[in-house]
This record gives sequence, C-alpha cells and structure tokens, in this order.
Amino acid sequence: MNTISGNNYEDFNSLSKLLRKRIIETSAKAKIPHLGSCLSCLEILIFLYWKELKINVNDPEDIDRDRFLLSKGHAAPALFQVLAERGFYKKDLLNDIGESGSVFHEHPPKPGFIPGVEAATGSLGHGMPMALGMAMAANIKHQQYRSYALISDGECNEGSIWEAAMLAGSLKLANLTVLIDFNKWQATGRSEDIMALEPLQGKWKSFGWHTQEIDGHNFTEINTSLNNARLELNKPSLIVAHTIKGKGISFMEDDNNWHYRTPNEKELHEALKEL
Amino acid sequence: MRNAFATCITKLAKEREDIVLLSGDIGNRMFDDFKNIAPNRFINCGIAEANMMSLAAGMALSGLRPMIYTITPFTTTRCLEQIKIGAAYHQANIIIVGTGSGLSYAELGPTHHSLEDIAILRSIPGIRILAPADSNELTAQLEEAVNLSGPTYIRIGKKGEPSIHHKNSKLGIGKGQLLKEGDEILLLGIGPIINEALKASETLAKRDKNIAIATLGGIEPIDSAFLKLMIKRNFHTWITLEEHSIRGGLGTTILEWIADNNFESKVKVKRIGAPHKFIHKLGNQEYTRNQIGIDNQAIISLIENL
Ligand SMILES: Cc1ncc(C[n+]2csc(CCOP(=O)(O)OP(=O)(O)O)c2C)c(N)n1
Repeated sequence: MNTISGNNYEDFNSLSKLLRKRIIETSAKAKIPHLGSCLSCLEILIFLYWKELKINVNDPEDIDRDRFLLSKGHAAPALFQVLAERGFYKKDLLNDIGESGSVFHEHPPKPGFIPGVEAATGSLGHGMPMALGMAMAANIKHQQYRSYALISDGECNEGSIWEAAMLAGSLKLANLTVLIDFNKWQATGRSEDIMALEPLQGKWKSFGWHTQEIDGHNFTEINTSLNNARLELNKPSLIVAHTIKGKGISFMEDDNNWHYRTPNEKELHEALKEL
Repeated sequence: MRNAFATCITKLAKEREDIVLLSGDIGNRMFDDFKNIAPNRFINCGIAEANMMSLAAGMALSGLRPMIYTITPFTTTRCLEQIKIGAAYHQANIIIVGTGSGLSYAELGPTHHSLEDIAILRSIPGIRILAPADSNELTAQLEEAVNLSGPTYIRIGKKGEPSIHHKNSKLGIGKGQLLKEGDEILLLGIGPIINEALKASETLAKRDKNIAIATLGGIEPIDSAFLKLMIKRNFHTWITLEEHSIRGGLGTTILEWIADNNFESKVKVKRIGAPHKFIHKLGNQEYTRNQIGIDNQAIISLIENL
C-alpha cells in the first residue's frame, strides 16, 4: 500500500490503523518505550510522507529532495514504520527492531544506516535547528527544496528551539515549516505545568513566524495548514498540531504512563482489537 | 543505583533545609517521597539542562545545596560551559548526578551514550569526579559531598547493578578499595563495570591466575596513598577498566599519575575502555560491552595474552 492516489482520506485512515498496529506490536515485542509519543504524531508523519514531501524512495539522497527532521527523535519507531511502508526499505528489516545488532532501535541514527533518515536525533532540541540549517543551505545554494521539522511540546523547553526560532524569524526563511506535536504531556508531567507554554502560537508569532493551529489527527486540516505554509513567502511557518498522546487506543489516550510503558500480552491483545 | 540516589537525597532533605533537587523532566515517580517531604524543594526544570545548571549555580551562590539529576549526556556535555563557569569557576556547591552513564542506555544510541564525560570534565579545574561502583558507595559519597564546598559530579548507572563492596568497607570520596586480593596483576576500575572484572577473575582462577581487583570510586580526587600502596605490592601489570572512552578517563589518569610520580619502571599499564569512535551497532549494555571489547571476555583475553 505505498501509493495513495488523490486526497482520499479514507485510505489515510486505514493506513494509520495499519501502522498503529505495527507500532504497538513492535513496542510490545521489543519493549520499546515512547509508545504514546509515537501514536500522537502518526497522522502528521503519514501525511508528510505520502503527500507533502517531495521525495523519491528510489533515490533517497536526491539533492533536491525536501528534508524532514524528526526532532522528537524518540518517536523513531513510528518513523521507521512510515519509511518502510512508504517503500524506503523492506518491511521485514523491521522484524528485528530493538534486537542486538539491528540498526533499528529507539532513535534515528545518522544518515547512511537507514534510507530516508536525514539526521540522528534523540537528544531533544537538535533536530529543529538542523532543519533550519538545511533551509538556509537551500537558499545559499539556490535550491528549491523545503525543510521540515517535527518537534514536541516538551522539546520547546529547550533554549535551542527558541534560538533557532528567533534566527529563522529574522531571516524570514519561508522554506522552513515546523510542526509541533502538542500532546500536552512531557516525560514526567503536563507540559503546561512544567513550563507554561501557552500562548504557544502567540510566542512563535511574536518571533516573526506565520502560525496556524490545527487538529493534528485530522488529515484535511494537516493538508490545509501545509498548503498555507507553502503559500507564505515571507516567513517561516509554524503549525501547532493539537494531538492526543497515545491516540487511537482508548486506554492509552492521554495516559502518560505510556510514555515509558510497553504493552503486556493482554494489553497488546486489547489494543489490537481496537484497530 | 538511581533508587539509592532517590532514597539518600530524601533522607538528606529531611535532615537539612538547604538541599534542593532539580530534575530535567526525568525520574517519573522516583522522587515522590522527596516531594512529600519537601514539596517546595523539588523543581522539575523541564527539558532545559543549560538553564538548570546556571540556575543551580545561582541557588548555590545564595546558600542552597542544589542537586541536579538527569541523563548523563544532558547533565554534562549538553551544559558544559554552564558547568565550567557557573559550577566550577564559582566553586558553587552543586552536586551533578548523571544517571544512565556510560552504556547503561546503549540501545538508545550515541545521543544517550556517555563515553566522554569524565575526559571533558577532568580538564576543568575544581570539580570532583566520582564514579561509584554500587549503591552503597554512591550513598557514602553523596553523604560526604553535601558537606564539602565546590561542585561534585557523580556518574551513576541506572537500576539493578549488583552490589560490589564488602559490607564493612569504609566507602567515600577518593577512597581506593581492594575488592579482591591477588598477585602479579592488579585490575583497577571505576563504576559498576568492575563487576565484569569480578566475573573474569572467577574464570581466570580456574586457570590458575589470581588477579587482584580494586576500585577507585572516581578519579578526582585520586587516592594517591592507595595507589602508592599498590605500587609497593609489585604487581607487574596494572589494567585499568572503565565504561568510558579509552581517551581521557581512568586509564589516562593512571598513566599520568605513574609518569608524574616516576613509577614507569615499577609497573606496566594496559587500558580497557571504549574505542575512540561512535558506536553504531546497537544492542543492550551487555551486548555492547562485548562488541567494543570491555566485558569479562575482553579482560580474560587481555590477561591471557600478556
Ligand atoms: C536533551 C534531552 N533531555 C532529556 C531527554 C529525555 N527525554 C526523552 S523524551 C522526553 C520527554 C519528551 O516530551 P515531549 O517533548 O513533550 O514529547 P512527547 O513524548 O510528549 O511526544 C525526555 C525528557 C532527551 N531525550 N533529550
């Protein structure tokens, strides 16, 4: 199922179900944490890889490709499934995810190990400034590609995110789009309680960004916001995507225990029944 | 080890009003007891480690004793200049605790490996560098550190590390400990990886090789008196063992110590540590130790080929 024609959101919905299933299965099998963090950004990843990004799975290093950085690197298990289903590599490579010697573990490695992965992330606050650098490089080299980063709300605690935001704003970098997976949780609590983020959109706006707020699980809204971002020619674009951590499984939704926990046999069974 | 840390600081916070615990959005539930005892002295500083280090310096300069707790790369290299200036140059009373050190989080990849923290921090003047081998040593060192001036860095594992030290050992800061008697070869280690040496020694004993094993508990301050005692024992070889880069850690420190004290003719040194490269082939800690040649098998083969 690696091509989806037209804007058929029905297909996207079945694709998210399929990939949710695989993400949960691998988390259970390989005991890989950050399940909630993977499930909250799946729709965004799917839309980016199937519709938005100008990429060629047969030539993943095409110099004119759009760049995407999973700045919240701990959602790598979701990215790995997306890249496999999109055709960057064979799905069975993921059979030994998390096993000793596999290149597929908890975070994306540096380029050269997994086709489609642009940079190593996992230490929060690095990916988005790297995406900024890639956007700047496109301008310096007169290339047309766009640069994208997906960050998380807790990641916005890091000063490096705001340093990059200020520079991108002052450079008026219109070829940079940043999405925030705003699931309202970080590792040990509500993001609003730990570091008051709101007004999140207002903060970025005051830094010179074009900003939008969407439902991050709604493909129509993701589509519209990314189109708007592309049409903005004078500013970098920020999309605050409201999401639900653990989205798609009733007993995982908005329960931050699933930041670290992995499903046991029974929970796996229950979860799969819902998909 | 992290649970021992939580227990110890909770006890300290009960006894003293100046202890403050700062966490970088990790340690879910671990600090519940601390929060109950001293709710206003636990602050989750978020995922913003550089800020956390500088504000800790500010707290220390205002008479408090902050302890910083997060994953090792983020509490060391992520905020290095804040450590150099805020903590070390100001001689601020900060205790920096790195959890999941070395390859404790091997499967999380190079972003979560810390194999250079000791090398980097030991080039900064005025900061103690401790690497306890087990929970008892950690507790003893913490209790001592809260009464000393200036910053202390403590590098710990995660959970489930075996107990290493004898019940009645006098543990603390800058204290070498002979864990096992032996002759000809002395293995000197820091941190929980010393357990690999203990495992190796069992195999070696069956092959009629009886090595001595000691821990140093850290590298700054170094227990010179203990090392001089070991020199007098006339081991022909010292082997250093650390879950850290071969460059700049315990092995380097020992080579420098020997050269500075003119003991080159007394003892030969061999170093076991992580090779000077990033690790791409990931797996759990045990697997990775084996892959990069710092586990009990590597120790055995080094000794057999001496
Ligand atoms: C610099 C840094 N500090 C700490 C961590 C440990 N860590 C991993 S995930 C996480 C919480 C992330 O929360 P958030 O950014 O909101 O993402 P979510 O999982 O909610 O999607 C933390 C603290 C890290 N990976 N990097």
